[in-house]
Amino acid sequence: MKEKIMALKVAFPYTIPVLTGFTFLGIAYGILMSSKGYGAGWTVLMSLMVFAGSAQYITINFLTTIFNPINAFLITLMINARHLFYGISMLDKYNDSGKLKPYLIFGLCDETFSIVCSTEAPKDVDKDWFYFFITLLNHAYWVLGSFLGAWLGSKISFNTKGLDFVLTALFVVIFIGQWKNKENRKPAIVGVVCSIICLIIFGQDNFIIPSMAAILIVLTIWRKEFIKKDILTKEGIQ
Amino acid sequence: MTLTSTQTILIICIVTLGTMITRFLPFILFKGNKSNNTYIKYLGQVLPYATIGLLVVYCLRNVNFKTPSYGFPEAIAIVCIIILHYWKENTLLSIGAGTVIYMILVQFVFV
Repeated sequence: MKEKIMALKVAFPYTIPVLTGFTFLGIAYGILMSSKGYGAGWTVLMSLMVFAGSAQYITINFLTTIFNPINAFLITLMINARHLFYGISMLDKYNDSGKLKPYLIFGLCDETFSIVCSTEAPKDVDKDWFYFFITLLNHAYWVLGSFLGAWLGSKISFNTKGLDFVLTALFVVIFIGQWKNKENRKPAIVGVVCSIICLIIFGQDNFIIPSMAAILIVLTIWRKEFIKKDILTKEGIQ
Repeated sequence: MTLTSTQTILIICIVTLGTMITRFLPFILFKGNKSNNTYIKYLGQVLPYATIGLLVVYCLRNVNFKTPSYGFPEAIAIVCIIILHYWKENTLLSIGAGTVIYMILVQFVFV
Protein backbone atom coordinates (compact mmCIF):
# COMPACT_ATOMS: atom_id res chain seq x y z
CA MET A 1 0.00 0.00 0.00
CA LYS A 2 2.80 2.36 0.97
CA GLU A 3 4.56 1.91 -2.37
CA LYS A 4 1.30 2.66 -4.22
CA ILE A 5 0.78 5.93 -2.34
CA MET A 6 4.41 6.78 -3.01
CA ALA A 7 3.95 6.08 -6.75
CA LEU A 8 0.79 8.20 -6.81
CA LYS A 9 2.58 11.10 -5.12
CA VAL A 10 5.49 10.94 -7.54
CA ALA A 11 3.21 10.52 -10.58
CA PHE A 12 0.86 13.42 -9.81
CA PRO A 13 3.14 16.39 -10.73
CA TYR A 14 3.76 14.90 -14.18
CA THR A 15 0.03 14.92 -14.86
CA ILE A 16 -0.69 18.55 -13.89
CA PRO A 17 -0.54 19.87 -17.49
CA VAL A 18 -2.97 17.13 -18.50
CA LEU A 19 -5.21 18.02 -15.53
CA THR A 20 -5.52 21.54 -16.92
CA GLY A 21 -5.87 20.45 -20.54
CA PHE A 22 -8.32 17.62 -19.95
CA THR A 23 -10.49 19.59 -17.54
CA PHE A 24 -11.19 22.21 -20.16
CA LEU A 25 -11.24 19.94 -23.21
CA GLY A 26 -13.51 17.63 -21.21
CA ILE A 27 -15.80 20.52 -20.26
CA ALA A 28 -15.94 21.59 -23.90
CA TYR A 29 -16.78 18.02 -24.89
CA GLY A 30 -19.50 17.74 -22.23
CA ILE A 31 -21.05 21.02 -23.32
CA LEU A 32 -21.01 19.89 -26.94
CA MET A 33 -22.63 16.55 -26.06
CA SER A 34 -25.35 18.24 -24.00
CA SER A 35 -26.06 20.65 -26.85
CA LYS A 36 -26.83 17.54 -28.98
CA GLY A 37 -29.18 16.20 -26.33
CA TYR A 38 -26.81 13.80 -24.58
CA GLY A 39 -26.78 14.19 -20.80
CA ALA A 40 -24.06 13.59 -18.23
CA GLY A 41 -24.65 9.82 -18.15
CA TRP A 42 -23.91 9.35 -21.85
CA THR A 43 -20.95 11.72 -21.76
CA VAL A 44 -19.36 9.98 -18.77
CA LEU A 45 -19.95 6.56 -20.37
CA MET A 46 -18.18 7.71 -23.54
CA SER A 47 -15.24 9.20 -21.68
CA LEU A 48 -14.90 6.14 -19.45
CA MET A 49 -14.99 3.61 -22.28
CA VAL A 50 -13.41 5.32 -25.29
CA PHE A 51 -10.93 7.66 -23.56
CA ALA A 52 -9.71 9.17 -26.83
CA GLY A 53 -10.43 12.86 -27.28
CA SER A 54 -10.37 13.22 -31.04
CA ALA A 55 -12.37 10.02 -31.61
CA GLN A 56 -14.98 11.16 -29.10
CA TYR A 57 -15.36 14.53 -30.78
CA ILE A 58 -15.82 12.78 -34.13
CA THR A 59 -18.29 10.35 -32.58
CA ILE A 60 -20.66 13.25 -31.96
CA ASN A 61 -21.11 13.26 -35.75
CA PHE A 62 -21.98 9.55 -35.77
CA LEU A 63 -24.56 10.14 -33.04
CA THR A 64 -26.29 12.98 -34.82
CA THR A 65 -26.66 11.46 -38.29
CA ILE A 66 -28.10 8.24 -39.70
CA PHE A 67 -27.07 5.11 -37.80
CA ASN A 68 -23.96 3.81 -39.59
CA PRO A 69 -21.80 1.60 -37.35
CA ILE A 70 -19.40 0.43 -40.09
CA ASN A 71 -18.52 3.97 -41.03
CA ALA A 72 -18.07 4.82 -37.35
CA PHE A 73 -15.74 1.85 -36.94
CA LEU A 74 -13.55 2.66 -39.96
CA ILE A 75 -13.21 6.35 -39.13
CA THR A 76 -12.30 5.49 -35.53
CA LEU A 77 -9.57 3.14 -36.78
CA MET A 78 -8.16 5.84 -39.06
CA ILE A 79 -8.20 8.61 -36.49
CA ASN A 80 -6.61 6.44 -33.82
CA ALA A 81 -4.09 4.69 -36.08
CA ARG A 82 -1.32 6.72 -34.44
CA HIS A 83 -1.86 4.65 -31.29
CA LEU A 84 -0.14 1.77 -33.11
CA PHE A 85 3.11 3.73 -32.85
CA TYR A 86 2.53 4.37 -29.17
CA GLY A 87 2.16 0.66 -28.58
CA ILE A 88 5.34 -0.22 -30.47
CA SER A 89 7.19 2.50 -28.54
CA MET A 90 5.96 1.17 -25.21
CA LEU A 91 6.47 -2.59 -25.86
CA ASP A 92 9.61 -2.60 -23.75
CA LYS A 93 8.45 -0.40 -20.86
CA TYR A 94 5.13 -2.23 -20.46
CA ASN A 95 6.53 -5.68 -21.19
CA ASP A 96 6.59 -6.96 -17.61
CA SER A 97 3.79 -4.91 -16.08
CA GLY A 98 1.75 -8.00 -15.16
CA LYS A 99 -1.80 -7.40 -14.01
CA LEU A 100 -1.56 -3.65 -14.63
CA LYS A 101 -0.65 -4.14 -18.30
CA PRO A 102 -4.19 -4.30 -19.78
CA TYR A 103 -5.17 -1.02 -18.11
CA LEU A 104 -1.87 0.64 -19.11
CA ILE A 105 -2.55 -0.28 -22.74
CA PHE A 106 -6.23 0.68 -22.50
CA GLY A 107 -5.30 4.15 -21.27
CA LEU A 108 -2.52 4.87 -23.77
CA CYS A 109 -3.98 8.10 -25.16
CA ASP A 110 -1.90 10.92 -26.73
CA GLU A 111 -1.28 12.69 -23.45
CA THR A 112 -0.53 9.59 -21.40
CA PHE A 113 1.83 8.36 -24.10
CA SER A 114 3.66 11.67 -24.25
CA ILE A 115 4.35 11.48 -20.51
CA VAL A 116 5.17 7.78 -20.14
CA CYS A 117 7.45 7.67 -23.18
CA SER A 118 9.49 10.64 -21.99
CA THR A 119 9.59 9.87 -18.27
CA GLU A 120 11.50 7.22 -16.36
CA ALA A 121 10.15 6.32 -12.94
CA PRO A 122 12.45 7.45 -10.12
CA LYS A 123 14.57 4.61 -8.74
CA ASP A 124 12.80 4.22 -5.40
CA VAL A 125 9.35 4.04 -7.05
CA ASP A 126 7.70 0.95 -8.55
CA LYS A 127 7.64 1.75 -12.28
CA ASP A 128 4.44 -0.14 -13.07
CA TRP A 129 2.43 1.65 -10.37
CA PHE A 130 4.03 4.93 -11.42
CA TYR A 131 2.81 4.48 -15.01
CA PHE A 132 -0.50 3.12 -13.73
CA PHE A 133 -1.21 6.26 -11.71
CA ILE A 134 -0.22 8.56 -14.57
CA THR A 135 -2.72 6.68 -16.75
CA LEU A 136 -5.41 6.56 -14.05
CA LEU A 137 -5.09 10.24 -13.13
CA ASN A 138 -5.32 11.29 -16.78
CA HIS A 139 -8.35 9.03 -17.27
CA ALA A 140 -9.97 10.52 -14.17
CA TYR A 141 -9.35 14.10 -15.32
CA TRP A 142 -10.93 13.32 -18.67
CA VAL A 143 -14.03 11.69 -17.16
CA LEU A 144 -14.48 14.40 -14.51
CA GLY A 145 -13.91 17.18 -17.04
CA SER A 146 -16.52 15.84 -19.43
CA PHE A 147 -18.94 15.28 -16.52
CA LEU A 148 -18.47 18.89 -15.43
CA GLY A 149 -19.10 20.06 -18.98
CA ALA A 150 -22.25 18.02 -19.37
CA TRP A 151 -23.47 19.30 -16.01
CA LEU A 152 -22.72 22.92 -16.75
CA GLY A 153 -24.42 22.54 -20.13
CA SER A 154 -24.55 25.84 -21.90
CA LYS A 155 -24.44 27.92 -18.71
CA ILE A 156 -20.73 28.58 -19.02
CA SER A 157 -19.94 32.17 -19.94
CA PHE A 158 -16.20 32.93 -19.54
CA ASN A 159 -13.99 32.97 -22.59
CA THR A 160 -11.97 29.77 -22.80
CA LYS A 161 -10.86 30.41 -26.38
CA GLY A 162 -7.32 29.17 -26.93
CA LEU A 163 -7.19 27.11 -23.76
CA ASP A 164 -6.89 23.86 -25.68
CA PHE A 165 -3.43 25.09 -26.66
CA VAL A 166 -2.26 23.67 -23.31
CA LEU A 167 -1.99 20.24 -24.93
CA THR A 168 -0.01 21.59 -27.89
CA ALA A 169 2.27 23.28 -25.36
CA LEU A 170 2.68 19.98 -23.51
CA PHE A 171 3.78 18.19 -26.70
CA VAL A 172 6.11 21.03 -27.68
CA VAL A 173 7.79 20.94 -24.25
CA ILE A 174 8.24 17.17 -24.49
CA PHE A 175 9.64 17.61 -27.99
CA ILE A 176 12.19 20.15 -26.67
CA GLY A 177 13.10 17.81 -23.83
CA GLN A 178 13.83 15.02 -26.32
CA TRP A 179 15.63 17.43 -28.65
CA LYS A 180 18.19 18.27 -25.95
CA ASN A 181 19.59 14.76 -26.33
CA LYS A 182 21.45 14.86 -29.66
CA GLU A 183 20.88 11.16 -30.36
CA ASN A 184 17.12 11.72 -30.52
CA ARG A 185 17.23 14.50 -33.08
CA LYS A 186 17.28 12.52 -36.32
CA PRO A 187 14.07 10.55 -35.65
CA ALA A 188 12.44 13.72 -34.28
CA ILE A 189 13.26 15.55 -37.53
CA VAL A 190 11.94 12.60 -39.56
CA GLY A 191 8.66 12.79 -37.60
CA VAL A 192 8.17 16.51 -38.11
CA VAL A 193 9.28 16.68 -41.76
CA CYS A 194 7.26 13.62 -42.89
CA SER A 195 4.17 14.95 -41.11
CA ILE A 196 4.45 18.44 -42.57
CA ILE A 197 4.96 17.10 -46.09
CA CYS A 198 1.97 14.77 -45.73
CA LEU A 199 -0.13 17.56 -44.20
CA ILE A 200 0.56 19.72 -47.25
CA ILE A 201 -0.15 16.88 -49.71
CA PHE A 202 -3.11 15.14 -48.06
CA GLY A 203 -4.72 17.94 -46.03
CA GLN A 204 -5.58 18.19 -42.34
CA ASP A 205 -8.21 15.45 -42.29
CA ASN A 206 -6.26 12.71 -44.05
CA PHE A 207 -2.58 13.16 -43.30
CA ILE A 208 -2.08 10.94 -40.23
CA ILE A 209 -1.89 7.54 -41.93
CA PRO A 210 0.29 8.76 -44.84
CA SER A 211 2.56 10.42 -42.26
CA MET A 212 2.85 7.18 -40.31
CA ALA A 213 3.70 5.29 -43.50
CA ALA A 214 6.27 7.90 -44.52
CA ILE A 215 7.89 7.85 -41.06
CA LEU A 216 8.09 4.05 -41.12
CA ILE A 217 9.61 4.02 -44.61
CA VAL A 218 12.25 6.65 -43.82
CA LEU A 219 13.17 5.07 -40.49
CA THR A 220 13.42 1.66 -42.17
CA ILE A 221 15.45 2.71 -45.21
CA TRP A 222 17.97 4.70 -43.19
CA ARG A 223 17.94 2.55 -40.12
CA LYS A 224 21.72 2.22 -39.96
CA GLU A 225 21.87 6.00 -39.64
CA PHE A 226 19.47 6.06 -36.74
CA ILE A 227 20.60 3.14 -34.65
CA LYS A 228 22.17 4.38 -31.47
CA LYS A 229 25.74 3.26 -30.96
CA ASP A 230 25.08 1.54 -27.65
CA ILE A 231 22.38 -0.69 -29.17
CA LEU A 232 24.63 -1.48 -32.09
CA THR A 233 27.28 -2.93 -29.86
CA LYS A 234 24.83 -4.61 -27.49
CA GLU A 235 22.68 -6.27 -30.11
CA GLY A 236 25.27 -6.72 -32.81
CA ILE A 237 23.03 -5.15 -35.44
CA GLN A 238 24.74 -4.63 -38.76
CA MET B 1 -30.79 12.64 -29.69
CA THR B 2 -31.13 11.44 -33.27
CA LEU B 3 -30.39 7.79 -32.53
CA THR B 4 -32.23 5.49 -30.17
CA SER B 5 -30.56 4.51 -26.89
CA THR B 6 -29.70 1.07 -28.26
CA GLN B 7 -28.11 2.56 -31.35
CA THR B 8 -26.16 5.02 -29.21
CA ILE B 9 -24.83 2.21 -27.03
CA LEU B 10 -23.85 0.28 -30.16
CA ILE B 11 -21.96 3.27 -31.57
CA ILE B 12 -20.16 3.78 -28.24
CA CYS B 13 -19.16 0.09 -28.17
CA ILE B 14 -17.94 0.23 -31.77
CA VAL B 15 -15.86 3.36 -31.21
CA THR B 16 -14.44 1.76 -28.06
CA LEU B 17 -13.59 -1.40 -30.01
CA GLY B 18 -11.93 0.58 -32.81
CA THR B 19 -9.85 2.59 -30.34
CA MET B 20 -8.82 -0.49 -28.37
CA ILE B 21 -7.74 -2.34 -31.51
CA THR B 22 -5.29 0.47 -32.26
CA ARG B 23 -3.98 0.42 -28.70
CA PHE B 24 -3.72 -3.32 -28.10
CA LEU B 25 -2.64 -4.53 -31.55
CA PRO B 26 1.13 -3.90 -31.20
CA PHE B 27 1.20 -5.69 -27.85
CA ILE B 28 -0.66 -8.68 -29.30
CA LEU B 29 1.38 -8.83 -32.53
CA PHE B 30 4.78 -8.58 -30.90
CA LYS B 31 4.11 -10.66 -27.83
CA GLY B 32 6.93 -12.95 -26.76
CA ASN B 33 9.02 -13.04 -29.94
CA LYS B 34 9.59 -9.32 -29.59
CA SER B 35 12.82 -9.62 -27.63
CA ASN B 36 14.64 -11.32 -30.49
CA ASN B 37 13.28 -9.09 -33.22
CA THR B 38 15.85 -6.33 -33.59
CA TYR B 39 13.81 -4.40 -36.16
CA ILE B 40 10.84 -4.01 -33.80
CA LYS B 41 13.25 -3.14 -31.01
CA TYR B 42 14.80 -0.52 -33.26
CA LEU B 43 11.36 0.93 -34.04
CA GLY B 44 10.60 1.03 -30.33
CA GLN B 45 13.78 3.07 -29.86
CA VAL B 46 13.21 5.68 -32.57
CA LEU B 47 9.43 5.89 -32.92
CA PRO B 48 8.81 7.79 -29.64
CA TYR B 49 10.79 10.75 -30.98
CA ALA B 50 9.29 10.64 -34.47
CA THR B 51 5.78 10.24 -33.00
CA ILE B 52 6.03 13.28 -30.71
CA GLY B 53 7.04 15.21 -33.84
CA LEU B 54 3.93 13.89 -35.61
CA LEU B 55 1.82 14.81 -32.57
CA VAL B 56 3.08 18.41 -32.57
CA VAL B 57 2.21 18.73 -36.28
CA TYR B 58 -1.16 17.04 -35.59
CA CYS B 59 -1.98 19.66 -32.93
CA LEU B 60 -1.09 22.46 -35.32
CA ARG B 61 -2.90 20.95 -38.34
CA ASN B 62 -5.74 23.47 -38.21
CA VAL B 63 -3.45 26.51 -38.35
CA ASN B 64 -4.50 28.42 -41.41
CA PHE B 65 -1.88 30.62 -43.00
CA LYS B 66 -4.48 32.29 -45.19
CA THR B 67 -6.61 33.74 -42.36
CA PRO B 68 -5.68 37.19 -40.99
CA SER B 69 -3.71 35.74 -38.06
CA TYR B 70 -1.39 33.81 -40.45
CA GLY B 71 -0.48 31.34 -37.72
CA PHE B 72 1.24 34.08 -35.71
CA PRO B 73 -0.40 33.21 -32.35
CA GLU B 74 0.86 29.61 -32.60
CA ALA B 75 4.32 30.66 -33.81
CA ILE B 76 4.77 33.33 -31.12
CA ALA B 77 3.54 31.03 -28.35
CA ILE B 78 5.83 28.19 -29.45
CA VAL B 79 8.88 30.48 -29.71
CA CYS B 80 8.11 31.72 -26.17
CA ILE B 81 7.85 28.13 -24.94
CA ILE B 82 11.19 27.24 -26.54
CA ILE B 83 13.00 30.26 -25.06
CA LEU B 84 11.40 29.77 -21.65
CA HIS B 85 12.11 26.06 -21.62
CA TYR B 86 15.78 26.44 -22.54
CA TRP B 87 16.13 29.25 -20.00
CA LYS B 88 14.24 27.96 -16.95
CA GLU B 89 13.84 24.24 -17.73
CA ASN B 90 10.56 24.23 -15.81
CA THR B 91 7.94 22.13 -17.62
CA LEU B 92 4.87 23.57 -15.90
CA LEU B 93 6.09 27.14 -16.27
CA SER B 94 6.77 26.66 -20.00
CA ILE B 95 3.37 25.06 -20.61
CA GLY B 96 1.44 27.52 -18.42
CA ALA B 97 3.08 30.65 -19.80
CA GLY B 98 2.85 29.37 -23.39
CA THR B 99 -0.88 28.73 -23.01
CA VAL B 100 -1.61 32.09 -21.36
CA ILE B 101 0.35 33.91 -24.08
CA TYR B 102 -1.59 32.01 -26.75
CA MET B 103 -4.95 32.79 -25.10
CA ILE B 104 -4.13 36.50 -24.85
CA LEU B 105 -3.05 36.48 -28.51
CA VAL B 106 -6.20 34.80 -29.86
CA GLN B 107 -8.60 36.66 -27.58
CA PHE B 108 -7.23 40.19 -27.69
CA VAL B 109 -4.52 40.64 -30.34
CA PHE B 110 -5.41 38.48 -33.37
CA VAL B 111 -9.19 38.58 -32.95
